[in-house]
Amino acid sequence: MEATALLIAATLNAGTVLAFAALGLLINERAGIVNLGAEGIMLVAAVAGFATAVHTGSDWVAFAAGMGAGALLAAAFGWLVIWLNTNQYASGLALSLFGAGFSAFVGIRYTQEKLSERVHFQIPGLADIPFIGPAFFRQHPLVYVAIALAAALTWFLYRSRAGFVLRAVGESPESAHALGYPVRRIRLLAVMAGGALCGLAGAYISVVYTPLWVEGMVAGKGWIALALTTFATWRPARVLLGAYLFGGVTMLQFHLQGEGVDVPSQLLTALPYLATIVVLVLISRNAAWIRANMPASLGKPFVPGT
Amino acid sequence: MLTLETRPEPSRVMSIVSPLLALAITVVLGIGLFTLLGKDPARGLQVFFIEPLKSGYALSELAVKATPLLLIALGLSVCFRSNVWNIGAEGQYVIGAIAAGGVAMTAGKETSHFIVVGILLAGIAGGMAWAAIVAFLRDKANANEILVSLMLVYVADMVLSYLVYGPWKDPAAYNFPQTISFADATKIPRLFTGWRVNIGVLIALAGVLLFWVFLFRTYAGFQLQVGGLAPAAARYAGFSSRRALWTAILGSGGMAGLAGALEAAGPLGQLTPHVPVGYGFAAIIVAFVGRLHPVGVVFSAVLMSMFYIGGELAQSRLGLPKSLTGVFQGLLLFALLACDTLIVYRVRWRGTRPHPNLPPAGEGAQKAVA
Repeated sequence: MEATALLIAATLNAGTVLAFAALGLLINERAGIVNLGAEGIMLVAAVAGFATAVHTGSDWVAFAAGMGAGALLAAAFGWLVIWLNTNQYASGLALSLFGAGFSAFVGIRYTQEKLSERVHFQIPGLADIPFIGPAFFRQHPLVYVAIALAAALTWFLYRSRAGFVLRAVGESPESAHALGYPVRRIRLLAVMAGGALCGLAGAYISVVYTPLWVEGMVAGKGWIALALTTFATWRPARVLLGAYLFGGVTMLQFHLQGEGVDVPSQLLTALPYLATIVVLVLISRNAAWIRANMPASLGKPFVPGT
Repeated sequence: MLTLETRPEPSRVMSIVSPLLALAITVVLGIGLFTLLGKDPARGLQVFFIEPLKSGYALSELAVKATPLLLIALGLSVCFRSNVWNIGAEGQYVIGAIAAGGVAMTAGKETSHFIVVGILLAGIAGGMAWAAIVAFLRDKANANEILVSLMLVYVADMVLSYLVYGPWKDPAAYNFPQTISFADATKIPRLFTGWRVNIGVLIALAGVLLFWVFLFRTYAGFQLQVGGLAPAAARYAGFSSRRALWTAILGSGGMAGLAGALEAAGPLGQLTPHVPVGYGFAAIIVAFVGRLHPVGVVFSAVLMSMFYIGGELAQSRLGLPKSLTGVFQGLLLFALLACDTLIVYRVRWRGTRPHPNLPPAGEGAQKAVA
């Protein structure tokens, strides 16, 4: 019982990282931009967040720093792909490669640093309920923020005027442009919002999830988040579910190792990556379904006046 | 205000000038970075661009690092030209090294030197097999090759880790995660005594010729490129996009595997968890900077090798982290992509009227990729 509650809690915690990143990428992609730079953004934000936490001692300032770093990098990427019409795949890759190098370069002096004593959060009253308390109500506040964000995004995309405009920009930028919407500026804002959320995910890893900085510590979570938006057919609620599913897979390896299951640890470490491939295959087999749900202009450059 | 205006046709001159311009921008940013870090920029430039060329030994080291980059980038050039995004060359490189290592470990004292051929073929086969997973899942299940190939990099690293910590661990190595040192017969023949450069560099140069002929003198190469530039035209002409996919992925996987084999049986001489050093990712930049052209990638592979050696020297001489290499690699690709805009567009002051015969802005924007 106790162990199951802890596993659920750990799953929610791990899933939150993926949820923030994937919800951010969902905003990008709904506006028609694929950002393969998520991994790089998360790495830079992780080091930015960690360094800020070390120097200021405040986690919340650290999250803000991570978001700022993410938005800044995403803006550079956005300027390239939206105004200079560079290839989105190549530009995103450039960002990922740059982020890996830059974070390692800047982060080298933080590899030995430790953060101050971590505060354990709990919701008074609810946290003491047997089983349910330890499983759901002793989480970092950002875990609940991620859930609220998914709900807010659902409302935004399907119920608000601004959300309709964002989707229009991703489906048919020509029509949105013809109606007088500033397609490029909207896309840039979407890309920066996505970058900020990826940045929050990165800072969450280095400040809450692992609390330390190690080179390459994001370990593919940015890429898994990219795959998640496809699994979820670009819907916030499904993104959230998918994130917890993968958080669970990540946690399962520690759980199985703890249970002393006789499997090579490398196989367990490879589990999230293998699971990503399996789910990607299962979802993608239905090409028509993917096509029906994918933003129609995803990955295509838009130049006003054509 | 400056605006972009579409050129009547993509500029050939700019496609050569753009990488040079990108390099210049990277150098300027580098000088700024060195100054910011309180290091003498002149020393920085010397470490990156002069020291790697200073002596025969230095040139040999330059070739040692340029060889895998060149091999992998040749394969990736074909891949990207056919608009197939295999970005998991790093994983295919690792599996190539593992397969080659598996053959190399069977060698004993009496083994003939010809085992090197077997080692290289095993590397190619290993890289191809790992890449084949990507092609198969793309072909049969429409799974995105970017994500699958990248996920397989992490899995390949785990396969390597499993082997060197487990069944392939050298029992005499005091519990270090490494295989036995391969027998002398397996060593890739060196070109000069005392220098590490080996026949791998000749194989890579032969590869340049081979890929040039394939791309520009064979029907299959032509079909592949049409498929990348204009998928609709390729379909109309009856070119098989499936065959192009398999050719591109198996070709690039085989080249990455070959690079892994040359590295395992060459400079490394055994397998350790440190086989992957990012050549597979750096080769993506090499391919783009080299204009996805077999001859172009020779130059960019040498340049990227200088970045690697410069990074190592910056660590030992200037006390800067080695990861400086990665920063410059990323900056170079960023700068290149931005400069490539000038191939399709020219910069104009707004107000000057565009030529009436020009096509509307934006056409051919996609061509900027290649």
